[in-house]
Amino acid sequence: MYVAVKGGERAIENAHRLLAHERRGDRDVPEVSLAQISNQLGLAVDRVMTEGSLYDRELAALAIKQARGDMIEAIFLLRAFRATLPRFGSSEPVDTSQMQVRRRVSSTFKDMPGGQVLGPTFDYTHRLLDPVLTGESSPEQPAVVTGAEPGIMPRVTDILGRDGLIEASPAEDPEKPVGDLTRDALSFPADRDLRLQNLARADEGFLLSLGYSSQRGYGRNHPFAGEIRLGEVEVEFMAEDVGFAVPLGSITLTECQMVNQFKGSDTEAPCFTRGYGLAFGQSERKVMSMALVDRTLRARELGEDIKAPAQDEEFVMSHSDNVQATGFVEHLKLPHYVDFQSELGLLRKLRKEFADANETPVALQEAAE
Amino acid sequence: MTSSSLNHQQARRREAMGVLGHSVTADIAGYLDALAVPSHEQLRQPENGLVMLRGRIGGDGAPFNLGEATVSRAAIRLASGEVGFGYTLGRDGVKAHLIALCDALIQTVEFSDAVETKVLTPLRARVVADSKRKAAETAATKVDFYTLVRGEG
Repeated sequence: MYVAVKGGERAIENAHRLLAHERRGDRDVPEVSLAQISNQLGLAVDRVMTEGSLYDRELAALAIKQARGDMIEAIFLLRAFRATLPRFGSSEPVDTSQMQVRRRVSSTFKDMPGGQVLGPTFDYTHRLLDPVLTGESSPEQPAVVTGAEPGIMPRVTDILGRDGLIEASPAEDPEKPVGDLTRDALSFPADRDLRLQNLARADEGFLLSLGYSSQRGYGRNHPFAGEIRLGEVEVEFMAEDVGFAVPLGSITLTECQMVNQFKGSDTEAPCFTRGYGLAFGQSERKVMSMALVDRTLRARELGEDIKAPAQDEEFVMSHSDNVQATGFVEHLKLPHYVDFQSELGLLRKLRKEFADANETPVALQEAAE
Repeated sequence: MTSSSLNHQQARRREAMGVLGHSVTADIAGYLDALAVPSHEQLRQPENGLVMLRGRIGGDGAPFNLGEATVSRAAIRLASGEVGFGYTLGRDGVKAHLIALCDALIQTVEFSDAVETKVLTPLRARVVADSKRKAAETAATKVDFYTLVRGEG
């Protein structure tokens, strides 16, 4: 129970003023601009957009600045902003096979159409702090292969699918509306569309740990990173007033296809199963974790024993959202004075009963009062 | 509606919207300055909202809701009657308005060619150049595997 407490207005106002002052920091140091955050802390922006569930680089940069770099606070700000705008509708589903690829790697096939393209990656860096970046860095211009055409590459899962070696993706049912957890309360069991929406906005750290747990044996998972790709995809929106699907521009996405061990039956030949991850921006760790957890959460569908946290959809989906989680954890710092008084009263009564029964004085009882 | 079922003019408008959507507002405005834009009224004031972006399970399966994006939209009507629409990712109402203006002009006999040559052609060149630059940078990071032959004996 929370009680309305009056009297803190001045303190709150001054605390926020102090916060703004601390946010600005040393005023002799130039203030960071949204363009600087968007350009130079781009992966932070990507994460805030993904978990804030709103694709808008400038707003995500603003949220990071306002939140002083506190990512969950920034995500919270973006979610709150989202609630202020009307929704025009839903896009046509994006086609990641038509992605203009900037990075694409597979751990399953060395040679595949389009090849292994590393793109801008931390992989193979030595993870040594770079003293050059302590000052103004002027990196070389990127190497180029002149005449290269924009890379449209087949998905690795499409290649495996041609031979029936991997299960097909679930087909679209035009009669079934697409689940939307921003409109309807969650209920269980949840279908895969809702699970993926939940995972897409889920806390990266939470999914990383769950995915990791599944690799370590808490849940059945024997994955290969079939493919990870990063690049730009076109977005189209069926605008009723225009009369056709209008292009809205392109967004950056990262996609991960995990290839997992087999399923099969008396009537179906064994084939690889799969887990899927998709996120805004360059969010590789996120989509890999998401794909692992997407696969573990398919335990019910694939007739696997549900023994581990990563396989329990109610557990995963109920605790994956860091805005909900932080709301409940952080509410503990709000005034609970009356709650606590009642518990204190109960405790004193219990201690008195204990003391009376044992006929020994409770030394600290008076001190506590 | 798929692109194959569009009539000729709709296909043209759609392609133009694609180019304009990938362009910078100042560029669109700059190239439009070369045209004597006829009088027009705002049918819909530029308005910001959200579109829920959808992906497909496994990349090619049933759709799911990935997350939303900000979108700005506007609509205008030329004095001659043509109605143009502008939709674009982000919260740039000016850009949505300029796209709507181009969309209306494309539908006129008088301005259609001028929009193509003076606005869309240079913008398209920039979009293509940008895409090629990215492709060239990306291609330089493609792995060329070679196999080390194990020495005998």
